[in-house]
Amino acid sequence: MEPVVRVSGRMAPLDRADVDTDQIIPKQFLKRIERTGYGPFLFYDWRRQPDFVLNRPEHQGAAVLVAGANFGCGSSREHAPWAIRDAGFRAVIAPSFGDIFRANSFKTGILAVSLPESQVRHLIDLASEDPTAVIEIDLEAQQVRGEGFVYRFEIDPFVRECLLNGLDEIGLVERHAAAISDYESKRMDWLPAIKS
Amino acid sequence: MPPMPRTLAQKLWDSHVVETGDAGNEPDLLYVDLHLVHEVTSPQAFEGLRMTGRRVRRPDLTVATMDHNVPTRGGARAADELSRKQMEVLAENCEREGIPLHQIGSRRQGIVHIIGPELGLTQPGMVIVCGDSHTSTHGAFGALAFGIGTSEVELVLATQCLPQRRLGDLAVDVDGELPIGVTAKDIALGLIGRVGTSGGVGHLVEYRGSTVRALSMEGRMTLCNMSIEWGAKAGMVAPDDTTFKYVERRPHAPRGSAWEAALDYWRSLPTDVDATFDREIELDATRLSPFVTWGTNPGQVVPITGRVPSPASDTDERAMRYMDLRPGTAMADIAIDRVFIGSCTNARIEDLRAAARIIHGRHVHPKVRALVVPGSTTVKRAAEDEGLDLVFKAAGFEWRSAGCSMCLGMNPDILAPGERCASTSNRNFEGRQGAGGRTHLVSPPMAAAAAITGHLVDVRELF
Repeated sequence: MEPVVRVSGRMAPLDRADVDTDQIIPKQFLKRIERTGYGPFLFYDWRRQPDFVLNRPEHQGAAVLVAGANFGCGSSREHAPWAIRDAGFRAVIAPSFGDIFRANSFKTGILAVSLPESQVRHLIDLASEDPTAVIEIDLEAQQVRGEGFVYRFEIDPFVRECLLNGLDEIGLVERHAAAISDYESKRMDWLPAIKS
Repeated sequence: MPPMPRTLAQKLWDSHVVETGDAGNEPDLLYVDLHLVHEVTSPQAFEGLRMTGRRVRRPDLTVATMDHNVPTRGGARAADELSRKQMEVLAENCEREGIPLHQIGSRRQGIVHIIGPELGLTQPGMVIVCGDSHTSTHGAFGALAFGIGTSEVELVLATQCLPQRRLGDLAVDVDGELPIGVTAKDIALGLIGRVGTSGGVGHLVEYRGSTVRALSMEGRMTLCNMSIEWGAKAGMVAPDDTTFKYVERRPHAPRGSAWEAALDYWRSLPTDVDATFDREIELDATRLSPFVTWGTNPGQVVPITGRVPSPASDTDERAMRYMDLRPGTAMADIAIDRVFIGSCTNARIEDLRAAARIIHGRHVHPKVRALVVPGSTTVKRAAEDEGLDLVFKAAGFEWRSAGCSMCLGMNPDILAPGERCASTSNRNFEGRQGAGGRTHLVSPPMAAAAAITGHLVDVRELF
């Protein structure tokens, strides 16, 4: 994976809570067997509505999606962060996230950043009032910065290290091969295993 | 010094740590006993393995089925080219890696979370993962079971392990006898209505109390299945005689002396008396009623005797517009077009029996189109052996083959825009059952009652 150190750019404000993965990418687009090409299907049904905020010309090309609480609740589909990435976003900021979505985002190289409700509100208002406003998310310093503000965010230290260094998680786990084999030799023998 | 008292979740966790994470950085590395695979979230994972020259480490601990895309009528051929391709790719991947596959049209095919328990693959004490958020279903057996994304599917295929951070322990204590007409689904909906759709985020949940002990395995699976709908990482129930009786003599259950050894171990799993939880939620089962959702997330829910509430947020207002409902409307006055009885939440044999009891001798309302989709081919056969298919068909229900079907509408079973459906599935998200479709989540008896009367209705009026 490519290292992710810093994301900077304009914001797109999605002032809605509980945005579920069915909205982020509806089921009919989960039939593809590729890992890329999901951008046109992001928020597919909402984008059919002309007044949907992400359709506005001033938010085209934004790098950061700013949304309400519990963003990405629902299913385990990694197609959700794939669609967000393929549509050009590099980060999502929200007060909270669905667990699986957040994990999937990091694997996709999308920064899912939690900030307190009041700070997210500030960013949504800022993006709505001044769509040209630019922010920078600095993963190393764990800061979201803009003109006149610096917000600190917390992130799992292991996730941070993987992102900063572009580490291959499978490779990291494979370093424990001896411990895995050792564990396997001690598993209880009645546990189900299927001979094919 | 006596050992530290531990919760069920802590015991499951501790017994699967391959390598303990170092203090600040790497999480614990957990071993996975069973990896369930289906056609939608796995193709990119297998592709990733191929591109890096890796193989599946333990095909013998991996089981695949076709469920999300499968047609529920007209034989085994998928309706569209992409669905067909996705199923072909799964078959090729399983063939190449030696992974057992329950193909469309085979005897044991069905929804991944229904066939695992049926086959006896789901047992107490295990760690089970699947690229599907409703993997929490398997927690009903006293297993640690949770959904993962496609990158994690690839990781588990390659290493049979998953790095995981420890989470908080949350107890949900449900006590008292469930009133007539109130089911495990109503416990779940009532709970989500109270704590909200993110009330469980960051926690491993244990469902406890006399009500949970009295539930059948089917009921416990329904309850654990919905854990993700309030954000919990996993939901589980301590194993007991009900669990053991369900598992015993299933195809992959231990036998003979292994069964006795397994029982001894499983009896050591329940939470120790002095163990403590980070959070506790108490629910009085005697005060529950049949629930029905009015909005576009499972937390937007009221008793069937209630009314559409006044909106308390923008989310509520948007949901009300989408659902075309007005505050103050009695839930029982809402007419429906479709009924769906199915999904990994409510398509086991007990669910079909509960619905059939309401339907027996009655007929589906002329304005309603109603569908029963058994959760697995095994459930379908069992129901047909009992004559339940005849009850449904005589009443005017369509009797289909096993799959996820209209729970998420990846196959041709979808709602038309504006259609309103009483559904036994787990998500009432916008467009979930078809773009523009409107979903009201209910229990199987409530869905059956709605099919008969043509509107949402308190099933207790039909007893």
